[in-house]
Amino acid sequence: MPTGEYRIGVDVGGTNTDAVLLDLSGEVVAKAKVPTTLDVEGGISAALESVLVASGLDADRVSHLMLGTTHATNAVLERRQLGRVAVVRIGAPATRAVRPLFGWPEPLRAALSAGEVIVGGGMELDGRELAPFDVEALRRFLASCASRLDAVAVTSVFAPVCADHELRAEELVRAELGDCPVSLSHRVGSMGLLERENATVLNAALQGVAERVVDGLQRALHTLGLDPVPYFAQNDGTLMSLDYARRFPILTIGSGPANSIRGAALLAGVADAIVVDVGGTSTDIGVVARGFPRESSQGVEIGGVRTNFRMPDLITLALGGGSLVVSEDGRLRVGPESVGFALPEKGLVFGGQTFTLTDAGVARGRMHLGSERLPAWCAGPAGEALARVDAEVTAAIDRMKLRRGDRPVVAVGGGSELLPDEIPGATEVLRPPHFDVANAVGAATGAVSGQVDRVYRFPSGGREQALEAAKEEAGRQAVLAGADPGGLSVVELEEIPLAYLPGGAVRLRVKVIGPLPDGASTSVPSGSCREGERSR
Amino acid sequence: MSRLIAAGDVEDLARGCALLGAGGGGDTSVGRLMMLQAIGDFGPVTLVGVDELDPDALVMPCGMVGAPTVATEKFESGDEGARLRQEVERLRGEPVACLMPAEIGGSNGLLPFVWAARLSLPVLDADGMGRAFPEIPQVAMHLAGISPSPAVMTDERGNVAVFRACSGAWLERLERATAVEFGGSAASTEYCMTAGEARRAAIHGSVTRALGIGKLRLGGEGNLVDELVIRAGGFILLFGKVADVERRTSGGFVRGSVVVEGTGSDAGRLLRLELQNENLVAFEGGELRACVPDLISVVDVETGDAISTERLRYGQRVAVLGLPCDPLWRTEGGLGLVGPRAFGYDLDYQPIEELVDADR
Repeated sequence: MPTGEYRIGVDVGGTNTDAVLLDLSGEVVAKAKVPTTLDVEGGISAALESVLVASGLDADRVSHLMLGTTHATNAVLERRQLGRVAVVRIGAPATRAVRPLFGWPEPLRAALSAGEVIVGGGMELDGRELAPFDVEALRRFLASCASRLDAVAVTSVFAPVCADHELRAEELVRAELGDCPVSLSHRVGSMGLLERENATVLNAALQGVAERVVDGLQRALHTLGLDPVPYFAQNDGTLMSLDYARRFPILTIGSGPANSIRGAALLAGVADAIVVDVGGTSTDIGVVARGFPRESSQGVEIGGVRTNFRMPDLITLALGGGSLVVSEDGRLRVGPESVGFALPEKGLVFGGQTFTLTDAGVARGRMHLGSERLPAWCAGPAGEALARVDAEVTAAIDRMKLRRGDRPVVAVGGGSELLPDEIPGATEVLRPPHFDVANAVGAATGAVSGQVDRVYRFPSGGREQALEAAKEEAGRQAVLAGADPGGLSVVELEEIPLAYLPGGAVRLRVKVIGPLPDGASTSVPSGSCREGERSR
Repeated sequence: MSRLIAAGDVEDLARGCALLGAGGGGDTSVGRLMMLQAIGDFGPVTLVGVDELDPDALVMPCGMVGAPTVATEKFESGDEGARLRQEVERLRGEPVACLMPAEIGGSNGLLPFVWAARLSLPVLDADGMGRAFPEIPQVAMHLAGISPSPAVMTDERGNVAVFRACSGAWLERLERATAVEFGGSAASTEYCMTAGEARRAAIHGSVTRALGIGKLRLGGEGNLVDELVIRAGGFILLFGKVADVERRTSGGFVRGSVVVEGTGSDAGRLLRLELQNENLVAFEGGELRACVPDLISVVDVETGDAISTERLRYGQRVAVLGLPCDPLWRTEGGLGLVGPRAFGYDLDYQPIEELVDADR
């Protein structure tokens, strides 16, 4: 067993795989950036090996490894490696007016559906049965598609209130099909049947992808002689165990920006700020509130499918270090095209032929890299291009603020030197050390979390009881995800009243975090997430 | 001059209904999919004007009663409309000639099309509110003296309840309680009438209006202002950001207030909206800017989609719009039923055109 002194954070992005090695106090000891590879292990192995070599440490001194990855996102977007899902909805005779997967992009539906059914059953808002659970109909459906399915997704009406029928369906699948992965909607999404069903189906389709990533990671660790406790990064900036990630791969979607936001806050030593992450092709602007990424309040579309599971709230601009600066009919255009990872060959400052934002940054003295002298004609367009960047970023920052008043802005990402030192609406622009690997730092420093998002009814003054039940369940989820039961704390608590329902029903969203179990300290920006609950 | 409502119209109609919901009326996202599936399976729906109907033809206003949140989780089987029609025909002894949205605002503007496609019946280009209101009797038919009874409710299981209430207020009580027993929401019809009666008792052109508004896309601030003024006779009250949301439930209704902070050319201005399921009153610096029964709608500046009161959140970038209500609601009887005092605000109604003019 490792001695528990160091941990490694790895973030697999679309272009680069970043890795950092941190000591117990959270200081960056070594970092690495390597190209992302198509197979799972290649890029991860190379990144791990680089940081190990750079640090000069023995492999057995690394006690924890945290992985953030875009594998699940890409699998959905590219419709690759998706499993075949038997889609089960329990809710007839209600809900037949919209079939499962209705409105999905046809290629995605064709790539992952093993068949769809609506069987009798489901619940009412108050936990009564909507209709008896039609076990026979489900049995017949499973038999009809058993030969072609890889996983089963089960969504029952009002499962966020009472999941009995989903649990019974899971038992039946186990009895009929043995060890087949089953995704139950009440564990994946919240109120809103269709969005929750969509998220559950995607989660089921991603089970195989999760297996492959977990296996690939384990092989990479083995080859390098590493034996850390591994974690996956979730899209709320927290961590989950490998086993949890196998069951809920959808929670990795959006983990990249979440890690970056959290890492930026940590590196800059702030808990509340606006984070601007400038990459090669795009810029993400997000918000860190009390140490965690603010979540989007809107449903999110993934691969053209509407879902309602949590995602970081982001504005993405098509601006990055590799963005093309082009003159068209006397007008200057910046992006959206980018040379991306080819910047070190194509940019003017590197001896290439393409005028990029990085060249503009160098021309105006914001960036200092490359070796070539820029031609004199660059100066004018460079100033204009940067003015464009400044205006777009300033407007986006203003739109992300929740309240009046200036906020600190943390600039991270490989292209963040493009940003000016002063931004209207920002108290200051912080450029923390290791800004180029903030995402990997964020992954390495996460706490483990659990969350519930359910509807509770409280007939007579039982609001406190509902709150307690919700907190307890969120804590249970945190422990399941790998948290130390001893150090749990509630970091988010939101009550959403429901209209037209006399008697008191409320949707509760509660998030609980806990430290990693064996005492490895989780660095949290000062005054951030330990200060108890938030209620709005 | 009837026209067909096909799959290509669904998006526009849904967007328009959401905006005419003035923050209420229920989320249209499920209704949009129900309508697309119904039209895909059963074909397009004919939209008719009242002049195309025989004066004796029976018009069946219909929709959903209950909690919008429930309807996003436990939505229709699709057969509810057929049961309502069957029961109405049995009670009245004559065939239903067409359906009509009881309420154009929100998901209730779409549901009659879901059922009409299945029944091969036309939909009348009219509704009872010209927007969304919380209570069943807050309809034009009530003002015109049409009886709400016999009213019929049904759920997805096939339960059917018939009401002969002694007043609109009693019908509201009875249907609300029944909806709770049915699981929080149910399909219903009230104020069935002849086309001849509908001519004076309904608000006409509502579906066409929703389609026209739904066609608008945000193409920059100036563009939207012009389009709205031209198409809907509406006004932009403010461009801004939701800066504060305070919401609570009482008596089963969502109440609260929202502060929108001006951005861009509106920077420095603050607009406060009072809401009870719908957005009812808008104040700026203590001055009234708009009030019910005129419509106050909040739209997302990026998508142009209306945001319901339940979905308003801190930080959303929005435009607050004001649209004049149907002239019917500006009469003494109309204001008694749906004016500011009917919702507990101690203020006199002032038409939005005058409030906006005074501001200039």
